[in-house]
Amino acid sequence: MATVDDDQSVLFTSVKKLSAWARSNSLWPAQFGLACCAIEMMATAASRFDLSRFGAEVMRASPRQADVMIVAGRVCQKMAPVVRELYDQMPEPKWVIAMGACASCGGVFANYAVVQGVDRVVPVDIYIPGCPPSPEGLIEGVMRLQKKIREGGRPVLPLMTPATEVAEA
Amino acid sequence: MNEILDALREAFGEKVAVAHRIGQTALTLPKDAIVDVVRFLKEHGFSILLDITGVDHLERDPRFDVVYHLYHLQLHDLVRLVVPVGGEQPELPSVTQLFAAANWAEREIYDLFGITFSGHPDLRRIMMPDDWIGHPLRKDYPLTGLGPLPPLVRE
Repeated sequence: MATVDDDQSVLFTSVKKLSAWARSNSLWPAQFGLACCAIEMMATAASRFDLSRFGAEVMRASPRQADVMIVAGRVCQKMAPVVRELYDQMPEPKWVIAMGACASCGGVFANYAVVQGVDRVVPVDIYIPGCPPSPEGLIEGVMRLQKKIREGGRPVLPLMTPATEVAEA
Repeated sequence: MNEILDALREAFGEKVAVAHRIGQTALTLPKDAIVDVVRFLKEHGFSILLDITGVDHLERDPRFDVVYHLYHLQLHDLVRLVVPVGGEQPELPSVTQLFAAANWAEREIYDLFGITFSGHPDLRRIMMPDDWIGHPLRKDYPLTGLGPLPPLVRE
């Protein structure tokens, strides 16, 4: 039986794949929640569901240290410019998860005060259905985002439509 | 409580209508008396301004009510002041000189009902964006908004 000598082993891969693998397993979410979805997000990061199993538990209090923005809850008209500013402050590469019905499309709040989908403000990678989604739902979303990153589903640079086009959309 | 109301009747006479509704004392008064009545009640022990709210009756004239709730800490009793206001630009005097707590409450009513408070130190919108059009808690405000909504992304 052949044995593997760890000191002598060599692994071949491309730098692109290696960096995508590393990025996908160290997603640091920006720590902010906008509504009841944030409660489920907290539960997801806590011990029972333990998001750290997927390397995404390091909630950063500053957007400058975050890779992924989890928009957890409804975005009201007054909050939209703030969300966009937080997004602009995040360093590249960065991703956005729209968590729940409200962040995805406005949900039950079809009215003047709530933005009908956060994708009018920032580009969204993953939409998670539910009102609110269960922690399992959010974990599924994170894992799909990891898969997307590993498969190079989104160009890392450059990423953004100009702010004016987003506003008109 | 009854002594305070008797003194109130003596001081303001017919101007203030006193009623008892759902276990609470409710005073209906004209807007030019609001500052004096609130000062009178504050001097008689109603030391906390709990809240100021607005009511839009739409069909009625005058259209709006502005409702003040004052609390008496020793008597554990509430008094409700109802001030009808109407007209093209509903306006009434601010009570911020008497209660600092009135500041944000009056801003909220200004923001959501479009009722202005003369003498308020800083009458700006408090909930809606600064360049919002219309006053959302008015009964004739459409659910989908009035006029163009402000841009979602600011420079």
